[in-house]
Amino acid sequence: MKPVTVISGKVAALDRVNVDTDQIVPKQFLKRIERSGFGEFLFWDWFRERGFPLNRIEFHGAPILAAGRNFGSGSSREHAAWALQDYGYEAVVAPSFSDIFRSNCSKIGLLAVELPEDDVRELLDRAPEPATVDLAAQTVTLPSGRVSHFDIDPAVKQRLLNGWDEIALTEQRLGEIERYEAERERDGPDTLAI
Amino acid sequence: MFEKVWDAHLVGDGLLFIDLHLVHEVTSPQAFEGLRLAGRRLRRPDRTLATADHNVPTGPGAPDELSQAQLEALSRNCEEFGVTLYPLGHRRQGIVHVIGPELGVTQPGMTIVCGDSHTSTHGAFGALAFGIGTSEVEHVLATQTLVQTRPQTMLIDYRGGLGVGCTAKDMILGTIAQIGTDGATGHVIEYAGEAVRGLSMEGRMTIANMSIEAGARAGMIAPDDTTFGYLEGRPGAPADYAAAVEGWRSLPSDEGAAFDRVVEVDVPALAPQVSWGTNPGQVAPITGAVPEPADESDERALAYMDLRPGTPMSEIAVDRVFLGSCTNARIEDLRAAAEIVRGRRVATTVQAMVVPGSVTIKAQAEHEGLDEVFRAAGFDWRGAGCSMCLGMNPDILAPGQRCASTSNRNFEGRQGRGGRTHLLSPAMAAAAAVTGRLTDVRELV
Repeated sequence: MKPVTVISGKVAALDRVNVDTDQIVPKQFLKRIERSGFGEFLFWDWFRERGFPLNRIEFHGAPILAAGRNFGSGSSREHAAWALQDYGYEAVVAPSFSDIFRSNCSKIGLLAVELPEDDVRELLDRAPEPATVDLAAQTVTLPSGRVSHFDIDPAVKQRLLNGWDEIALTEQRLGEIERYEAERERDGPDTLAI
Repeated sequence: MFEKVWDAHLVGDGLLFIDLHLVHEVTSPQAFEGLRLAGRRLRRPDRTLATADHNVPTGPGAPDELSQAQLEALSRNCEEFGVTLYPLGHRRQGIVHVIGPELGVTQPGMTIVCGDSHTSTHGAFGALAFGIGTSEVEHVLATQTLVQTRPQTMLIDYRGGLGVGCTAKDMILGTIAQIGTDGATGHVIEYAGEAVRGLSMEGRMTIANMSIEAGARAGMIAPDDTTFGYLEGRPGAPADYAAAVEGWRSLPSDEGAAFDRVVEVDVPALAPQVSWGTNPGQVAPITGAVPEPADESDERALAYMDLRPGTPMSEIAVDRVFLGSCTNARIEDLRAAAEIVRGRRVATTVQAMVVPGSVTIKAQAEHEGLDEVFRAAGFDWRGAGCSMCLGMNPDILAPGQRCASTSNRNFEGRQGRGGRTHLLSPAMAAAAAVTGRLTDVRELV
């Protein structure tokens, strides 16, 4: 994973609430066994609708996507996060995200930034005017120049800033895992024995 | 209850041990590939179980080329890493959240994960069970743990008993309508109250299954004699069953346990519920009408669903009926629907299908003669899989088609591009099949 530091540039506005992962990547594209190349399937049906906001030429190439609350709800498909990143977004800013989507983003270095409703409104209304997301400072500089603070789990922040692989980090805790398995792990069920 | 399970699985700061990892063909190939590329082994094959469900065909004919490639990748991966797999054609194959409980590998007090958001289903047994993405699948394969932050807790207290013709599906649809599709984000729900105690394990699984549709991280129900009775004698059940039950009895929340949020649901006030929009919170009683749009999201949903505010729900005609999914394709669901269908015919304007949740359930239903009831009425009787719940196999709606569906999501295009989904209970789906429109099942019992 590439380190995430400062993301600065145009904002694309998707002023819709409850955008579910079925819209972000429809199921017919989940049959691939690769991890790359999902950008072309992003919002597959919506991009084919007249008037879909992200079709606007001034939103093309924006590294920041602003959207309504409960973004990424529904299916756990990580393909949704892959598609947004592969399409070119480096950060998604919304008033709230679904838990699994937010977690999926954190694993691949796509920054899911939760801001107060009014601040997201400013991004949506003034898009494509640029904004700057600074992970180290945990701030978003809005088009008006106002600075909004966001929260992020400290461990996730460190991992993103350094581009660390989460599995490799956990492997450093192998001793703890082995101790748990030896002392506290429950009996069964053994899936090799049923 | 949540705290007890959580604390018992904390390996160390923020690291949770996983007792059971369920795997299916769609969200695992990239995870296995990741292991391979990094030269990692699968840490605990004895705590991993795989089946093919999402893209398998349920009718005659082979899977399409891409699905076939995904199924073959799963077989190869399971063989290479030593994972037990129930592939298409195996007597134990079925929807991953149906076969876990059915095999008795879903047990109270466990932590269970799967690369599928409906993993919350297993919470019906008092397990902490939640969906994860593919990166986390890889993390569990490699370490049998997950990095997690402690969620908040929410109690949903069901007050009073269920009315005639109302089911667990109506309870959970009514609940999501009440709190919204992000009403439980960041929380683990505990479902409690008289109406929950009265439900079978099948009903409890329906409720826990849809926790994710309210945004919850997981949903749990305290284990009791109903739970213990269901699990006894199943292949994965503990050898010393009495001792296991003794341990499980200490799991329920202590009297007066504190929750971050408490929501009450008035159960007797619930009529059978049906969704009218494009998320599972857009729900109305069958006795009601399509509501006036409250915001832009509602307006968009009404346009997509081609519905006008004020239209009585019971006047909405359907083209298709789908009885299936990890929400409602268990034996009790099929029995409830067959009860309505028996001696009646599917309306001539409707195409209806039953997709049992597993090969085991299909065999049980056939043993009980339910397949004959459905076939005689004009239903299509299919093989086991996820099928039209998400339309990854050939079972999809045509654009504009309207479907009464026992599944869990009515998102735009979920059951096929341009398709329109109305979520409801198995009995309500059966009623819609025979009348050709959304129908209050209480008129048919």
